[in-house]
Amino acid sequence: MLKAEHLAKAFDDFWAVRDVTLEIPAGTVLALLGPNGAGKTTTVRMLASVLRPTRGRAWVAGYDVSTEPLAVRAHVGVLTEHHSLYRRMTVYEYLDFFADLYRLSGAQKRTRIERWLTFFGLWDFRNHRVGGLSKGMRQKLALSRALLHEPPVLLLDEPTSAMDPESARRVRQAIASLRSDERAILICTHNLTEAEALADQVAIIRRGRIVAQGTPAELKTRYLGPPEFRITFARPWDGRPPALPGVRVTRWDGQSLWYRTSQPRVENPAIVRALVQRGFDVVRLEEVPRALEDVYLKVMAQAAAEEHDAATAATPAPEVA
Amino acid sequence: MSYGDALPQERAQTEAPTSAKGYARGLDWWKPVAVIVRRELRDQSRDWRILTPLIGLTLFFPMLMLFTANRMLAFVQRFGADLIAERLFPFLLLIVGFFPLSISLVIALESFAGERERGTIEPLLVAPITDGQFYLGKLLSVLLLPLVASYVGIAALLLSLYLRTGWRPDLALLMVVLALVTAKAVVMISGAMVVSTQATSVRSANLLASLIIIPIALLLQNEATLLLWRRMDVLWYYVFGLLVVAVLLTRTGLAHFNREGLLGRDLDALNLAWAWRTFKDAFWGHAPSLRAWYREQIGPNLRELRLPMLLMFGLLIVAVLLGARIAEDFLQAVPEDVLRANLPDREEMLANLQRYTSTFSLLGGRRFTMTGIFLHNVRALSLIALAGMLSYGVAGVLLLMVPFSLLGAGQALLLRAGWMSAAEYWLALVLPHGILEIPGVILFGASLLRLGAAWASPAQGQSLGAFWLRALARWAQIVVGVVLPLFLLASVVEAWITPRVALWLLSR
Repeated sequence: MLKAEHLAKAFDDFWAVRDVTLEIPAGTVLALLGPNGAGKTTTVRMLASVLRPTRGRAWVAGYDVSTEPLAVRAHVGVLTEHHSLYRRMTVYEYLDFFADLYRLSGAQKRTRIERWLTFFGLWDFRNHRVGGLSKGMRQKLALSRALLHEPPVLLLDEPTSAMDPESARRVRQAIASLRSDERAILICTHNLTEAEALADQVAIIRRGRIVAQGTPAELKTRYLGPPEFRITFARPWDGRPPALPGVRVTRWDGQSLWYRTSQPRVENPAIVRALVQRGFDVVRLEEVPRALEDVYLKVMAQAAAEEHDAATAATPAPEVA
Repeated sequence: MSYGDALPQERAQTEAPTSAKGYARGLDWWKPVAVIVRRELRDQSRDWRILTPLIGLTLFFPMLMLFTANRMLAFVQRFGADLIAERLFPFLLLIVGFFPLSISLVIALESFAGERERGTIEPLLVAPITDGQFYLGKLLSVLLLPLVASYVGIAALLLSLYLRTGWRPDLALLMVVLALVTAKAVVMISGAMVVSTQATSVRSANLLASLIIIPIALLLQNEATLLLWRRMDVLWYYVFGLLVVAVLLTRTGLAHFNREGLLGRDLDALNLAWAWRTFKDAFWGHAPSLRAWYREQIGPNLRELRLPMLLMFGLLIVAVLLGARIAEDFLQAVPEDVLRANLPDREEMLANLQRYTSTFSLLGGRRFTMTGIFLHNVRALSLIALAGMLSYGVAGVLLLMVPFSLLGAGQALLLRAGWMSAAEYWLALVLPHGILEIPGVILFGASLLRLGAAWASPAQGQSLGAFWLRALARWAQIVVGVVLPLFLLASVVEAWITPRVALWLLSR
């Protein structure tokens, strides 16, 4: 549904995006993570056909972002980073205006405006001026605008940034329901917990380049090693940890044993069986939770080190007299 | 609704048109324009900061003008000079019509720059509308309210003047005043829109507003004088000129309006290092030597100029013919004895020529060296270039035509005096150095026309700054690589060869 190949964008002599390759099938949420100034917003703008790529190509809903900008914009719903709204319009007028620009018929307009305003709890405020709404309500209104024309592709820049926990949960629910509706969704966010909860795919961007990409589980394995498991016994055990040939034990505290395995489906049942046979009363086996944040920080540190090495290698050594 | 995987063969469908052609059915194209206009007008009508001055200027100023008119009439009636007052009434109409337009300037300057500053523009930029629809929607919405206020103000003053003094303008006068007000509104707004699309903030847009206000203020004074003299014919030329400028400005605005510029331009700091690099790269290219530069840069550049050169050549011929025709008409009206009495003294001219050896010396009686001639030409070309850059090349080309019309006039004068034939005039006095100088002028004018046209040409994905610097570099290539060397050689010929040829011819 959305595909980008080596997208790059330069403003005069500044490269905001250097190399972005992404693919988001229908029914998938991809979280684009990266520090401020990494190129997330520029990438979204290129995918929305607002900025023309300097290099590379991208297709949204089957339309080329460089050669078919009007078609791309008709098929994409964008929640922009700076989503200031027209303060003197009422909530209803605001959506009505955009519905007209998206060529919705009278009946479609009324149905959809009512549906999204009701969904986000804004229907009772439909005659209020936008200027009088709270920040979170305005964000929900902006999101309603992005969804009004039922686009197959959604590009959401910080969709829950200004929201209270309840509203944020509502938006996350909306995103999950839109995913199940076979839409391709790209979310730019700094909220790694949210990314982990929502995203099927994660891409980490740094200085305009995608430096890591995959499912959250794949990235964790790649950057933090195989998953770690903890087995807890009913009673404490004095002495050395039980010997388990071929298993990488990482920790032992007398009642729990931690180990890593890259094949948990095969090894976990075998380990439990072996321990039970030796008289250990296993009460719990759990995967040690690992945060996406750890992956993100590791990727960033690794990328920074690589950039430093490349810069050092490029600097000629001083001549010795 | 299920969209499935639409890449790349399957294409999702939606209600909005998916290509510019999707809009190409007459009125359909204008629908989004109307939607934008409606929203903007609604917004303006809810903003007291716009409404208050607009109502004030529309209703208060006609009253003030009426008071002024009454006082003026009472004053001039004491001297039986009612005509003067009546001649001033149209000026009052023009002023009353102009004041509400000053509001439109503020709204227009704010239109893109303000939306960009407030962050409301991005949702509009991602909507499925073309750049033209967006731009025209904004332009019309800015134009409508102040223009209606302007007409209302004029109507209010007309009614009051009629009720208080019985004065009524004739239809021709009313038409020209309304046309002037409308044309000025369109020029001001299209100019302000260009500024607004290129400015990074409302503050910078306001700073650039003087580029519009000063010429319009001067124009208003000029129109007032012409109204006083009832030169309707000239005023209609003004209307025509203003409309041409408005079309050019709208074209410029559309050509350089791009979503990219509105979103990508975050800094308005002057980056001289980048500007110099961009200019230098476009000027020199990758040429390893001067010879390669001429081959790789100047050659293709000259080939691109073929059409404007042809146009320039035609314009210079027209200038010569026009100059000769005007001079002939003028000289025919001058009696023979008066003409003879005012012709320069032939002996004195020859003496000047012998003493200073320069064709300039013929009339001036001063020494003109090769350096003097060259520097004079460079100074003139610099001023012409400046005028051309500020006027889409038009003023520059007109200024280049002036010396050629003088050459035509000179030919007519010398023919009438019977000093030499037209062929002798051109072969002896003009062509020795003109054979180098005239191609230089043609090239200079052609490159200036192309540079001027760059204002109204799309920037093709570049920033306006980069686009303009590259166009300037292409112009500079022609000037530095061809025009100045030609003028330098021409000044050598003009200082050393042409006077000797002229002396030989005139001494016969």
